[in-house]
Amino acid sequence: MSERKTTNVEVRLPSRMGFEKVAMSTAQAVAKLMGFPEDRIEDLKTAVAEACINAIEHGNRLNEKLSVGVVLAAGEDSLEVKVIDDGKGMHTQPAKPDIDRKMHGEEDARGMGMFLIQALVDEAEWVAGTGGKSSYVRLVIRLDKDA
Amino acid sequence: MQSETKSRVDQTTSPAGLPVTVLRFEGDIASTSKDAVLGTYQGLPKNSVKTVLLDFTKVDYINSSGIALVIQLLMEATNAGQKVVAFGLSAHFVKVFTMVGITKYAGLFPGQTEAMAAL
Repeated sequence: MSERKTTNVEVRLPSRMGFEKVAMSTAQAVAKLMGFPEDRIEDLKTAVAEACINAIEHGNRLNEKLSVGVVLAAGEDSLEVKVIDDGKGMHTQPAKPDIDRKMHGEEDARGMGMFLIQALVDEAEWVAGTGGKSSYVRLVIRLDKDA
Repeated sequence: MQSETKSRVDQTTSPAGLPVTVLRFEGDIASTSKDAVLGTYQGLPKNSVKTVLLDFTKVDYINSSGIALVIQLLMEATNAGQKVVAFGLSAHFVKVFTMVGITKYAGLFPGQTEAMAAL
């Protein structure tokens, strides 16, 4: 049985808003090398941005002494991105935003990040770390969506 | 590290001859964009502005916090009885705006000409 070969790229971001763009550019570059179409790359960029923003803002609480790890694993037909922070992790599934409730002030206009992540990639998994450390979200996009 | 959001207000006239206010945004729209997005909108004279166009042609990046600001703007505009349409979003952000339901409250168009024709 032959082993599937993966190529890994790792980035470490400061926990400062704006630096999600570094992860977005890296994910874009790797996805482009793998041959993903432009629309999937844009989906991935937004999902990675939202994951990094959550890690920076909620996981690491904007503490610049902490960093966000982004690990990209490029396989033969899929790209996995893990965004790792030092928070306790997410324990609830993202709810679909209710625009009517938001427009009537009954729901916070914010809080759509997790929903967008799940909607834009083929697979999204939130894993809580042990001892309040190294929690991560794992995103996967596939070259052949039927695989 | 976010690219600062620039905004400016233009006045134009619809094909039907009605005054239209255009809010043009440039750069990133994120959590730091409250003054540029909501502040600019809130500075408009509520009584005389009936139709607002949002120009996203020069916006490079919008995250969920930026989308939340757009929703807040839409909420205030709806409460003020104003009609809002938007144009200039990339195909990707048209998809994202549609996913979160914004199209229920604001039409999205490719360019200003198409947006004005819909008024």
